[in-house]
Amino acid sequence: MRIVAVTSCITGIAHTYMAAEALEQAAKAAGHDIRVETQGASGAEKVDDRFIASADVAIFAHELPVSGKERFDGIPQVEAPVNDAVNHPEALIARAVSAAQSGGETSSTRPRPVTQTAPEHVSSGRLIMNRLLAGVSYMIPFVAAGGILIALGFIVGGIHVSNAYGIDSTTKIPLLWENFQLGDNVWWGALLFWVGKASFSFLVPALAGYIAFAIADRPGLVPGFSGGLIATQVGAGFLGGIVAGFLAGYLAMWIMKVPLGKALQSLKPVVIVPLFATVVTGALMYTVIGVPAAWLMTALSHGVEAMASGTLVIAGLVMGAMMGFDLGGPVNKAASLTAVAGITTALAAATYNPDNVWFILMAACMGAGMSPPIGMALATVLDKRHYTKAERDNGKAAWLLGASYITEGAIPFAAADPLRIIPATVAGSALTGLLASLFRCASPAPHGGIWVVGVIGNPLLWVLAIVAGSALTCAVAMVTKRIGHPADLDVA
Amino acid sequence: MANIAYSRKEPHPDSPKHLPGIPSGNVLTLPTMVTRSLIDIDKHAAIRALAQLMLDVGRVTDLPKFLTDAVAREDLLATGLPGGIAIPHCRSGAVITPSVAVGISEAGVDFGAEDGPAHLILLIAAPDGQDEAHLRILANLSRRLVHREFVEQLVSAESNDQVAQLINGAVTRS
Repeated sequence: MRIVAVTSCITGIAHTYMAAEALEQAAKAAGHDIRVETQGASGAEKVDDRFIASADVAIFAHELPVSGKERFDGIPQVEAPVNDAVNHPEALIARAVSAAQSGGETSSTRPRPVTQTAPEHVSSGRLIMNRLLAGVSYMIPFVAAGGILIALGFIVGGIHVSNAYGIDSTTKIPLLWENFQLGDNVWWGALLFWVGKASFSFLVPALAGYIAFAIADRPGLVPGFSGGLIATQVGAGFLGGIVAGFLAGYLAMWIMKVPLGKALQSLKPVVIVPLFATVVTGALMYTVIGVPAAWLMTALSHGVEAMASGTLVIAGLVMGAMMGFDLGGPVNKAASLTAVAGITTALAAATYNPDNVWFILMAACMGAGMSPPIGMALATVLDKRHYTKAERDNGKAAWLLGASYITEGAIPFAAADPLRIIPATVAGSALTGLLASLFRCASPAPHGGIWVVGVIGNPLLWVLAIVAGSALTCAVAMVTKRIGHPADLDVA
Repeated sequence: MANIAYSRKEPHPDSPKHLPGIPSGNVLTLPTMVTRSLIDIDKHAAIRALAQLMLDVGRVTDLPKFLTDAVAREDLLATGLPGGIAIPHCRSGAVITPSVAVGISEAGVDFGAEDGPAHLILLIAAPDGQDEAHLRILANLSRRLVHREFVEQLVSAESNDQVAQLINGAVTRS
């Protein structure tokens, strides 16, 4: 269980800290995760808002009014004199645990916003936001590490690492070992690529899993991860993953509250909740989310094919916008996979002709898939105070991810704040797609980003198109981040 | 690379990082601020005796003023704790530097704890300023006092030097 506590006393030099230490010791001994904010004379070290959002219960062991009490709205709360925490910390922890299970002592008049539409819309919105951010922050290392490895794979091994030696992700992985050659840069590139792919494949599952974890603690992990994996399988992308995470988390939390006999109580978090929450989440993801996502992708693919025979710059514009919309989700894939299919057919039928629309649209798609991470990386540099520390760190990796046509590098920004970031990535990608097709840039390569610039037709204009789109993404994000949004998220 | 959620901003309380800007050689207590002669007295007399030790080494400037502050805090809420400890304390303008005077009493002094008299009495004095770094030493000491074995070490220490070392070591060790 996650416990957050605040301690304070009149003079702020002794009891505040004894209470904090006693609570930490008692909570650890009982196997709980605790953070204590000491509001004493030597200054309060604030507990991270994200931890508070994911906490199951708050303990106020205090003599002075709790400063910043509104941060704990929506969490079951237990109040006690500071001496109770010093003298009987175990009893206070036990009280908190039972309050968490029953929904709270002092917050009984103020139910958790998740269970009903509470009068405090602000705090319930904030709670959802915090959970989303928690999920995103766990996802970022997967994106950064995996994305950088994939990019390094292309840099080291060249354009063909993704299909070197006939390896594919499902059946032929052993081929990697069989083809080992110490001096072969393609082999090393392929190794980096596949390791990166493995880390990258956790992107959406980790997002969903840790959103659910932030809501329901450990019982939420299994349904969250499973739902996230299914979101990937059905092509629902990170937006599907967010849905899976919230679905799994609230389901798990809700099932946790169902009273069972004492005999079954201990099985609840380990077996019963994961079991039922997972089967329900999974079923809903395959049907309610999966069926429309698949339908959408098919319909969009047909639309893209039809468009390709129309005005070229319009097709470039629209496909670019699609690339920036869900950054690897069904809309993005409908554009990029259709373009890849187009160049594959064209290459099979004839030799490379840079005037073929599919090669031009491929270059437009690739460019439009590069501008979102680059634009967001730029935004974290120019507009620091609107991004969390985690986001700014991710921004550093996003330069390389964007340059390598790993559009997913922008997902952490979009997942944390979809309504403000998606318009920015769509606008920038649309501009890149428009310009790239206007300049008649062409690409016979389906992947590789800046590392395959050597095979791209009109390479300088292609780079210009990407720079322009990235700049527009950054500019739009700077505007949208200022609409109804508090700055200084966590200036660390 | 990327930041992980829940990275704990607060360093471990025992970590030396918790003590920025503490002048070296600035210790909480001295062997001469430890006494074992608190016999057959009440808590106010015990506080007075410990405060006198602080005055003797020049850590308190104005004994009556300091005693008024300390007793006022004590009377507001008794500072006896379970396990035979009492921590009378206050912030006072009469205090020069954060200091602790230690009384060890086999007979015990009643400080209002529910489980009996205190055998270890720590008079904690903090200056009345906003000097956070100095106050953190006291915070660290307070955290140590929750640990049973630390209290037992203090009570069973063989010399006043050892008591002073334990107290001063508790707030700086890593």
